[in-house]
Amino acid sequence: MASLKELKDRIASVKSTQKITKAKKMVAAAKLRRAQMAAEAARPYAEQMEKVMTSLASKVSIDENSSKLLAGTGKRDTHLLVVATSDRGLCGAFNANIVKEARVTAERLIAEGHKVLFYMVGRKGIPIIKRFYPDQILKHFDTSNVKAPGFEEAKAIAEDLTTMVEAGQFDVAHLFYGKFRSALVQEPTVQQIIPIAVANGAVTEAGGAVEYEPDEEEILAELLPRNLTTQIFGALLENMASEQGASMTAMDNATRNAGDLIDNLTIVYNRSRQAAITTELIEIIAGAEAL
Amino acid sequence: MANLHFELVTPEKLVRSEDVYMVVVPGTEGDMGVLADHAPVMSTIRDADLLVYTSEGATPETISVQGGFAQVDEKGLTVLAEAIS
Repeated sequence: MASLKELKDRIASVKSTQKITKAKKMVAAAKLRRAQMAAEAARPYAEQMEKVMTSLASKVSIDENSSKLLAGTGKRDTHLLVVATSDRGLCGAFNANIVKEARVTAERLIAEGHKVLFYMVGRKGIPIIKRFYPDQILKHFDTSNVKAPGFEEAKAIAEDLTTMVEAGQFDVAHLFYGKFRSALVQEPTVQQIIPIAVANGAVTEAGGAVEYEPDEEEILAELLPRNLTTQIFGALLENMASEQGASMTAMDNATRNAGDLIDNLTIVYNRSRQAAITTELIEIIAGAEAL
Repeated sequence: MANLHFELVTPEKLVRSEDVYMVVVPGTEGDMGVLADHAPVMSTIRDADLLVYTSEGATPETISVQGGFAQVDEKGLTVLAEAIS
């Protein structure tokens, strides 16, 4: 049985842990609201972009001169997995789930005989990927020195990817991130970003002839990198909201567990204190009777 | 005459969505004034000022946009810009 002092120290330490998890939970809740608002505010742009992309892509014929972002490199040998994780921990299984999803895909691609490379966004996924696939991390895009990954970061990533695909470093790119369903549910999601996945057919042009200035090809050429940026930006925002949601849930659980632990420890503490008092009394009474 | 429905969208948010009289869009191949019931057009824009006339003859409001494109369809004018100032 632990001594009274040990129990007391233990209770104090669990209490201070609980304070930390409680604070982190409240911070996450506040940040979640902001992240959610940002994700929602970005939606009109993404929707409009997608609408324009699909209507344009169906008009332009794909030949060897068309952009690699649209047509791909013509091969499917090397796959680049862009894995977006968070920079901070204390968010439950959030990062682990994304990395797991990426690993499942990687294993499948390797089994099919493809080459797999990784492009890491955020700090938390690197150690795991490095352990399983050493030397296959092409680049780590560091987001830890900015407060919240924004459009500038998305643009930089998109430019990076474009340069790499032009240089032939990979053929197909997949983007992994945590899709935000609710504060409780975050869904690890994979999305093919290069070449762009165009929903074929089903494009009915309303309003008849649209005039294009300069022309379809040139607009498309300008739009493709922008569309890639938008997709990455959307993923980063979703990731941000998911991270905060996961963090909030995890910290809520931790706070509750700490509370239970404190209750149990307090009971044990009181019991041992009572036992000590009783023993002392018995000793005194027994001593008095012996006289 | 009906007013033109004008939307300006950036990646961060929907900047404005309102009915105006006319918008002068700085297209890559030249400025174009868009009034209500304009023919469908899609155009890339250059980094320049967007002029918004809330009513006929009013002093235009200037919004400078960077990178993006403009689309006119039966619903009105939508400008997607990467950044505004």
